[in-house]
Amino acid sequence: MFNYYFKLALRSLKRNVVLTVLMIAAIGVGIGASMTTLTVFRAMAADPIPEKSEHLFAVQIDNWGPGRKNVVTGDEEHLQPQISYPDAVGLMNAHAARRQTAMYATGFALTPDNPQLLPFQVHARAVYRDFFEMFEVPFQSGGAWSAADDADRTAVVVIGRELNDKVFAGANSVGKTLNLDGHDYRVVGVLDHWQPIPKYYDLNTDKYGKSDEIFLPFTTAIHGQAGGWGNNNCGGEIGEPGWEGRLRSECVWLQYWAELPSAQDVDHYRAFLNNYASEQRKLGRFHWPPHTRIRDVRQWLVYQHAVSDEVRILVLVSFSFLFVCLLNAMGLMLAKIMGRAGDIGVRRALGANRGAIFNQCLIEAGVVGLAGGVLGLALTALGLMGLRSLLSEDVGRVTHLGWTDVSTAVLLAIVATVLAGLYPTWRAAHVQPAWQLKAQ
Amino acid sequence: MLKMTHLSKAYRTEVVETYALRDFSIHVREGEFVAVTGPSGSGKTTFLTIAGLLEEFSGGEYQLDGANVRGLNDNQRSRLRNEKIGFIFQAFNLISDLNVQDNIDVPLRYRGFDGAERRRRIQESLERVGLSARSRHYPAELSGGQQQRVAIARALAGSPRLLLADEPTGNLDTQMARGVMELLEELHRDGATIVMVTHDPELAVRAQREVHIVDGQVVDLYAQPRLVPGAQVQA
Repeated sequence: MFNYYFKLALRSLKRNVVLTVLMIAAIGVGIGASMTTLTVFRAMAADPIPEKSEHLFAVQIDNWGPGRKNVVTGDEEHLQPQISYPDAVGLMNAHAARRQTAMYATGFALTPDNPQLLPFQVHARAVYRDFFEMFEVPFQSGGAWSAADDADRTAVVVIGRELNDKVFAGANSVGKTLNLDGHDYRVVGVLDHWQPIPKYYDLNTDKYGKSDEIFLPFTTAIHGQAGGWGNNNCGGEIGEPGWEGRLRSECVWLQYWAELPSAQDVDHYRAFLNNYASEQRKLGRFHWPPHTRIRDVRQWLVYQHAVSDEVRILVLVSFSFLFVCLLNAMGLMLAKIMGRAGDIGVRRALGANRGAIFNQCLIEAGVVGLAGGVLGLALTALGLMGLRSLLSEDVGRVTHLGWTDVSTAVLLAIVATVLAGLYPTWRAAHVQPAWQLKAQ
Repeated sequence: MLKMTHLSKAYRTEVVETYALRDFSIHVREGEFVAVTGPSGSGKTTFLTIAGLLEEFSGGEYQLDGANVRGLNDNQRSRLRNEKIGFIFQAFNLISDLNVQDNIDVPLRYRGFDGAERRRRIQESLERVGLSARSRHYPAELSGGQQQRVAIARALAGSPRLLLADEPTGNLDTQMARGVMELLEELHRDGATIVMVTHDPELAVRAQREVHIVDGQVVDLYAQPRLVPGAQVQA
């Protein structure tokens, strides 16, 4: 009977084109508005590494004490989202997690071998080799550098695919050298396309921006005095001057991540962090009880406000708008269905039970929903194009319509319209055939 | 075939209770052609809608083809209606967006027949009413008489045990009315049981038996059977 009802629905929709167009437009506009904001929201709030997000933890250590408040996040716990260099070194030396990395954003002037290319600036990230396995970074060729390279501060780099395309014309560049700030670095690996959204391992700046183009050993970067291109917070204290002064200071400018595969590992690591803080207190560096925290990726995104409140409100508003659109569609559907009460009465007289009428009208609502969903998708694509032209390139980059969005939009439209159609459909199923036929 | 005993139908509001049928008894036997007549508001159409299971009754008993219909739920009533009853309405009640064959297809769909069976029945019933050539026409493209023939074809397609006709010629001119009436008589000769509501005495006399309703009650039940030319009268 489904095919039969489907054909009847198409016929019925053709019968009153104006009402049909109005219904589809009401649903399409509502779906378009809500899907546009939802796509932005989902892009911002999505788990960037779902298979592993529960096992990767951002580490926080209170090295300022209770008197100084986190000026970046306004954290009530007085914790900083970043850590200081002394803590990064202390934690890395302890090697208490299965994998761990301290890291920071830096950058260089790259001078290509190709004389036709002018030198240009590149964003880089100083990390330990564990970074690549921890964050499941895909390689096109080569791989991560060795632990020995970390220890020996070797001048090696892993470069992104785009940079490889630009500088080496997409050829396998493993073993070739790259000149950064006047020093040669040997390429050991070329990444495949990798664009975590948001850039959860460092949300301090440019969280929806392009992924880093160059990765080099943390130790090499520190030794080469590669300055930080990220956020540096000294909490109002002016530290010692110079690079060495910065390394000794309590300024927080490094991110620290640990991979802890089991609940037991998590407990152990928490204990380790507190022991580490107690030790620092004994050494006279901290003057307060141990105050440390680890958060997995999802907790970290919430803590760091990866999705802005404005976007949440926008989603709420747009879904309220969808609700209003659906109310309109419901009214139109009611008018359409009750306008056909005579036909429904005839069908009942010819043997249709209430269920049959209910199904027929519900499938008609579903067809309207499907058409509304398709229109909504087109409007969503338009809406996202509009957002790209209005907002930053970064937001534009993350907001593309995937198959999930397409199916969500169509499904949402059908489900919402069918729900909106329930009342008109219920009314149709309760048309009294006797009255309808007597009236004629 | 159709037996109502002391049946009543009351419409209640908060202040008043109005009886459309009261102590209403009628017995239509298989193969009979009965005309139900009466003045406007006498309860003819209410009788027909109750007989057609389109409306419930307040009291009394109603047996259709041997089955007691009291207390049946919507599904059971709908199934019974679909299998046993064919309706012919004054206003034809064809569905305007469906062509002739799709209109006839409607009750067959609800019956659950497969495609081949439905096509066979549509073809047969269209031949019966002489409209095979019009199967793809829409109701608006047909004359009133042709529309009523389609409605009759639709009523016949499911091989019902009982045909209920409500003023079947009420919307037709004399010539078309004559054609429709001849068709009903032919169906009766072929064995169909027909109950026809009409207020037209000329039509009523063409039935085997006339039942007159006044104020919701049968006045001359079991009136003398009348001979209709060519009809086979049953006791």
